[in-house]
Amino acid sequence: MTPLEVIFLLTAGVTLGAAVMVVTVRNLIHAALWLILTLFGVAVLFVLLNADFFAVVQVVIYIGAISILMIFAIMLTRRVMQDSGPQFNQGWWLAGLISLGLFAGIAWMFSAWENFHMQAPPMAVDADPLRQLGEALVSPNAYVLPFELASVLLLAALVGSIIIAWEKR
Amino acid sequence: MDFLRDPITFIGNWLQSLLVGFGLAPNLAELIVTLIGAFVLGTFGLTIVLFLIWFERKAVARMQDRFGPNRLGPYGLFQSIADALKLFTKEYITPVGADKVVYNLAPILSVVAVLAIWVVIPFTATVYGSDLNVGVLYIVAVGALGTLSIIMAGWSSNNKYALLGAFRAVAQLVSYEVPMVIALLIPVLLARSMGMNSIVHAQEFWYIFLAPLAFLIFLIASIAEVGRAPFDLLEAESEIVAGFHIEYSGLKFGMFFVGEFLHAFTIAAVAATLFLGGWRGPGVEAFPILGIVYFFLKTFIVYFIVVWVRGTFPRVRIDQMLDFCWKFLTPLALVLLMVIAIQDKLVEGWPPILYALSMLATNIVIALATIQILRTYARRERLRVSGERPVATSSETDFQRLIAQE
Repeated sequence: MTPLEVIFLLTAGVTLGAAVMVVTVRNLIHAALWLILTLFGVAVLFVLLNADFFAVVQVVIYIGAISILMIFAIMLTRRVMQDSGPQFNQGWWLAGLISLGLFAGIAWMFSAWENFHMQAPPMAVDADPLRQLGEALVSPNAYVLPFELASVLLLAALVGSIIIAWEKR
Repeated sequence: MDFLRDPITFIGNWLQSLLVGFGLAPNLAELIVTLIGAFVLGTFGLTIVLFLIWFERKAVARMQDRFGPNRLGPYGLFQSIADALKLFTKEYITPVGADKVVYNLAPILSVVAVLAIWVVIPFTATVYGSDLNVGVLYIVAVGALGTLSIIMAGWSSNNKYALLGAFRAVAQLVSYEVPMVIALLIPVLLARSMGMNSIVHAQEFWYIFLAPLAFLIFLIASIAEVGRAPFDLLEAESEIVAGFHIEYSGLKFGMFFVGEFLHAFTIAAVAATLFLGGWRGPGVEAFPILGIVYFFLKTFIVYFIVVWVRGTFPRVRIDQMLDFCWKFLTPLALVLLMVIAIQDKLVEGWPPILYALSMLATNIVIALATIQILRTYARRERLRVSGERPVATSSETDFQRLIAQE
């Protein structure tokens, strides 16, 4: 086993364990903190895939913005919304069965794929994936349309939120 | 000779070849040398805080016409060591009802979040933790962890003042991240790279001359990010006692303290790297080790400005703090980014000196326009304040009716 595989297995284990804790823990703030650990694990996976940019953006957006917003919202509630009711309902075995089936199906599909055991080709020494990504985002033959659409959507959301919060005089 | 030119790289290479000579695998040897480097960097970061505390106390004392620490050691230099030893011996108090794990995790996270920034800061052309090609974005990402540590501390303390401090922290840190990120984009745009070392390499002319406004916005926003005066609403003594770290004692309080001082120094280092040319200076090509001297000289100049601001400005109110960010810094940063992006394309290919001068001229024009807008606003505001004040009055008829009701 190469060191990279050891790190991958450790990270995957921590990520999955933290994800289980997110849904089983009773204290909502703890759930949010476990969620942060899960998202951090995903960021580490991005690093292992040589995708530094995605790793950093994962931390900036999901931990720096979304998780903090969630914790902020939870902190504003009384008694951190702790409830002592049962955590499972009658359909829990069905949900488990479906997700197991889904996982088995995806695993089977990947193992049937011919390139499954292919090693990732080494990156060229002078390749700058960040520059390539940036150029692809604004190049007409690549992703300029989805990129601009997403920008317009976000701008509309921004304007909408300002209008909702606008103080009427 | 090689040793004199670049001793740190030399020692690293020597150590690595020594370990390989002992029969270790080259990969393992590299890992060990990297770990030693990380250990040295972390220890350096934590010990320089002792000096920073002395420096700040001394500087602020002089501004306030006092002596500052002057008893222990020459010029009171050992005062911080004594203070640190005293902190070690203090009792750890965990409040009843505190969330123990989160409560103990928060101070550690606050120091880690600051130390992690030092990974991407280049001390010389060859000495740096890691030359990430997303260095600038990495600094923003790590800053988010600092916000998280403050929220965790505020919530887990089970104290209303701590919680109020945490609320203020979120409002302030999340808001000021916006102008800070936009201001950070400007050196990235000018250097065409997000790697810290490439940005330093690209600074033929320091970016403080090409984009002085961006430097100012970055400095103000990062002082707010650190949460020091005049933006120390998170721990305003007169309003919320001590804010998020009210319940912490002993070394756990010390961790927050160290985190804050190191953070202030770190933003000075980031500003020096991005806007003041980092390790650049005369003779650096021949002797890369000189870069460390230049780097720390520039960092301490910026750090002195941060201390100066702290020693001379009164604390802002919370509405002023938010207004200043959203109605002044953010629009200014957005305008500046757009203008510089367009101008960068327009004057592309000009000789470097003309390019730099045209950028400087643009910045000055934007600064003058901003000052003019502010002046108009201030005049209107003065008129409003000096004019008729709305007083709770009732008209004569209302008064008559009231009497009739009686």
